[in-house]
Amino acid sequence: MTDREVRQRRGRRVLASVGGAVVLLTACGPENRQNTLRPHGSSAQKILDLFRWPFWIAILIGVLVLGATVFAAIRFRERPGNENPKQVHGNTALEIGWTIVPLLILVVIAVPTVATIWDLAKAPRANALNIRVVGKQWWWEFQYPDQKIVTGDEFHIPAGRQVRLQLTACDPSLGSGAALCNVIHSFWIPELAGKQDVVPGRTQRLVIQADRNTAGRTFLGQCAEYCGLSHARMRLRVKVDAPDKFDEWIASQQQRPDPLFDKRGNATSDAAKLIGKYGCASCHSIDDPSKNSYGPNLAHLASRENFASDSYPLTKENLTRWILDAPSMVPMQTKGCPRGQKPGCVGMPSFTKNLAPGDSPMSTRDAETIASYLLNQK
Amino acid sequence: MTTVAVPGKVRPAGLLRRPTATRGFWSWFTTVDHKKIAIMYGVTALLFFVIAGIEALFIRLQLLSPNGTILTAARYNEFFTMHGTTMVFLVGMPMAVAFGNYLIPLMIGARDVAFPRLNAFGYWVVLFGGLFLYSSFVLGGAPNGGWFGYTPLTSTPMSGGFLPGHGPDFWAVGLILMGIGSTTSAINFIVTILNLRAPGMSLMRMPVFVWMMLVVAFLTLFAIPPVTAALIMVFFDRNYLTNFFVGGKGGDPLLYQHLFWIFGHPEVYILILPGMGIVSEILPVFSRKPLFGYSVVIFSGIAIGFLGWGVWAHHMFATGLGPVAITAFGLSTMLIAVPTGVKIFNWLGTVWGGSLRLKTPMLFALGFIAMFTIGGLSGVTHSIVPADTQQTDTYYIVAHFHYVLFGGLIFAVIGGIYYWFPKMYGRYMNDKLGKFNFWTLLIGFNLTFFPMHFLGLWGMPRRTYYYPKGYGWETMNLLATIGGFIIAFSTLLFIVNILTSRYRGELAPDDPWDGRTLEWTIPSPPPEYNFAEIPIVHERDDFWHRKYTEDDQGRLVRIPSGGAIDTPAATTTGGGGHEDGNDEGHGIHMPSPSYFPFVLALGLPLLGYAAVFKDPWILAPLGVIVLLFGMYAWALEPGSE
Repeated sequence: MTDREVRQRRGRRVLASVGGAVVLLTACGPENRQNTLRPHGSSAQKILDLFRWPFWIAILIGVLVLGATVFAAIRFRERPGNENPKQVHGNTALEIGWTIVPLLILVVIAVPTVATIWDLAKAPRANALNIRVVGKQWWWEFQYPDQKIVTGDEFHIPAGRQVRLQLTACDPSLGSGAALCNVIHSFWIPELAGKQDVVPGRTQRLVIQADRNTAGRTFLGQCAEYCGLSHARMRLRVKVDAPDKFDEWIASQQQRPDPLFDKRGNATSDAAKLIGKYGCASCHSIDDPSKNSYGPNLAHLASRENFASDSYPLTKENLTRWILDAPSMVPMQTKGCPRGQKPGCVGMPSFTKNLAPGDSPMSTRDAETIASYLLNQK
Repeated sequence: MTTVAVPGKVRPAGLLRRPTATRGFWSWFTTVDHKKIAIMYGVTALLFFVIAGIEALFIRLQLLSPNGTILTAARYNEFFTMHGTTMVFLVGMPMAVAFGNYLIPLMIGARDVAFPRLNAFGYWVVLFGGLFLYSSFVLGGAPNGGWFGYTPLTSTPMSGGFLPGHGPDFWAVGLILMGIGSTTSAINFIVTILNLRAPGMSLMRMPVFVWMMLVVAFLTLFAIPPVTAALIMVFFDRNYLTNFFVGGKGGDPLLYQHLFWIFGHPEVYILILPGMGIVSEILPVFSRKPLFGYSVVIFSGIAIGFLGWGVWAHHMFATGLGPVAITAFGLSTMLIAVPTGVKIFNWLGTVWGGSLRLKTPMLFALGFIAMFTIGGLSGVTHSIVPADTQQTDTYYIVAHFHYVLFGGLIFAVIGGIYYWFPKMYGRYMNDKLGKFNFWTLLIGFNLTFFPMHFLGLWGMPRRTYYYPKGYGWETMNLLATIGGFIIAFSTLLFIVNILTSRYRGELAPDDPWDGRTLEWTIPSPPPEYNFAEIPIVHERDDFWHRKYTEDDQGRLVRIPSGGAIDTPAATTTGGGGHEDGNDEGHGIHMPSPSYFPFVLALGLPLLGYAAVFKDPWILAPLGVIVLLFGMYAWALEPGSE
């Protein structure tokens, strides 16, 4: 092989690796339904459009500076004859230059940035759908005030229509007082919009809009502000429906299941008996889809794909395990607090471990009965 | 004060005798010598660096693959909290103080810092604060609310349950303690730099490192009070139901974020400016050229110091501040990139056309430029506010600030240790091992943190103890974990290099690198009094100009009559230095060691435990007694022995 061939081959190899790097950089990454580089909503799209050019400018400047550093390290290495270099103390023109040029680049970046800030802050149109989002430890509740339905972990929005989210970490509808305020969470569905922190004592606003062509698709999100023990589990799922499908979904969610207890307070089924026995209804609204509760509303649990803050597929096996011993599946702060809530307890208790004195563990059979009942709640 | 001669043998008035030993194990507890205190700061910071590194390795192991089970969620939350807290308060800040302590007096031609006992006190408070913080692991739960400790998560009363255990209490009190230490060293540095400079060392002749430490000291002085106030409020909310940050009761959780980041953002510059100072010293020496645009580098540092106060809300772009506020903070954040960029270009200007000796310190300095540039550029992308609402609280941010703080600060610190080690111990660190250390660290660092840019943009949030399968995050997390272990290996090399070179390294002359600043004019290791005669400074880079001049074309010419390198006495105020470290020939009086900085500092963690465990009967009185005894004894001990 001649020197030239070696050089050519080396050149090709360098070119290939640079090309590989570029592909890696331009690749939008995995289709994981939670990827900021694959926007499917108007806000997320505007943000990516805004980010794209500064990103490439930054890459260019980075390559130039790093290249200059490496070049200098090689070119100006100590060699016989260069031990006594010219003593340059500075160069006013150059220094003014490299103050002004970055400033100009930043102005170029600043103009669309400010424009987009104000664009995204615009009030939504009058026909926007209202959803109230409540951040809780460690799940999301979605209340549709106009449709009078409440759901958790998973919610639906119509494609192409603006949705006005009102986000809060306090739930005054459950009563009054700071005890019903939660900690700060951050609501984030990367493919639809940027984050919006949810701050106790405030009502925040976020407008999202899924692209018209996304009907039938699902997007994922999760809490982005550290909110305690199971922060990592605080996931959510949004399903985008075509407008007619969305109306169907609303109608189905509005249907009330048979009540668990009759007017005299007698259980209407075996499952209802068990639900009464174990106190499930003290935390969950089970037969009323319009009510919010400490834990997720379960009136239409079976209409959801996953459960437990979108952590597990909704199967009978998973649900039975969950009812028996939820803290083994999602870490909870419920040691010694099996029934009802008291200060210091956060989340769903285990019904087989760390029981209060006098309580006997729940049998698998009981759990299966409850699970079957819930899985019929479409 | 350092040169006061004691007339005769008259014993000064005072109740207590002062210790006199300057050698041996116990002398470390009583020393007020800035160099010894610097070494204690440095060793402490290195130990905590190893601890924080081990925590980081556990984090990386947990995230090695989806559904990691190495750590429980609770333990993971403790580890990421303590990793961040440790790196900021027990590694970054003490390490900068270590460099400042060792070098400021040597670089400005002083014999010690202005307040030697206060200096020792500051160290002991930081050490005890660190031990206090870590004692939480065995005393009721480690901090688990994040290094930023957002309310109301951290401030809700223990019985209310968002974070059960004593973790946040230990965190709040521990940080307050360490803040006391940082404040004292800031005051000390400011007074030292402004008052103890050698004759002729005007401000604009000061080494850049000293300048950056001056800026850092002012930032520290003004940044610690807001966070201390916030921490006290957190502690009171949590333990005495004060409701400062309770949303539903008229308080405001966001108030805490403002207070924290008014400290927190200047804190970033408190951490990085010393690194910039170190690099600004290394680059000219190993390029054999003066720093390009000295005054612009200085003024950029000052500008960063000022602008650093006006960008805090860029940590809060997603909190709903409204478009006016986020526009303003977005623009101020862009603006701060300008002086930062100027520095990078000036460093490039320094090496450009030089004669580069690629020794280990120089490699780390060049590595600093490259890595810091990447961190700076990703920082600019955060100022694009709408884009930041996608980036914030994701691994993109984790990547960004590790490029700034690890690629920046840690690279500079390691380079600085390689550079000044011969001055500290009279021996070189092993250069071959050093280069291996550099390359493994560079590779490991980039392998760990570069993939995190992608993870963040692909939707992976921070502070999550696990991630599910099927999100396409597996490969990047695997790479990051491998990189983490390469960093650990490289750190091990670094520590081995320090330990072996300390005793068996190649002997180094007083001026091993052909240096430019005053510390290279004195023996290695420096005598306790540093300068036998206080030097008179005529120029910036004074020592260099005693050795070299420039010809008509600006080329470097060694002064022939020179040979001045090893006879520093020739350019001092007169008289000759004794090489045996015996100061009697000079009539130099150095401050005597003292027990009481240690004693006084010991009282503070006792009060800390009293606060955390609400113990007014044993711990609180004990702490007060120790504190009062320390104060009075300090005040009443004789001026010298």
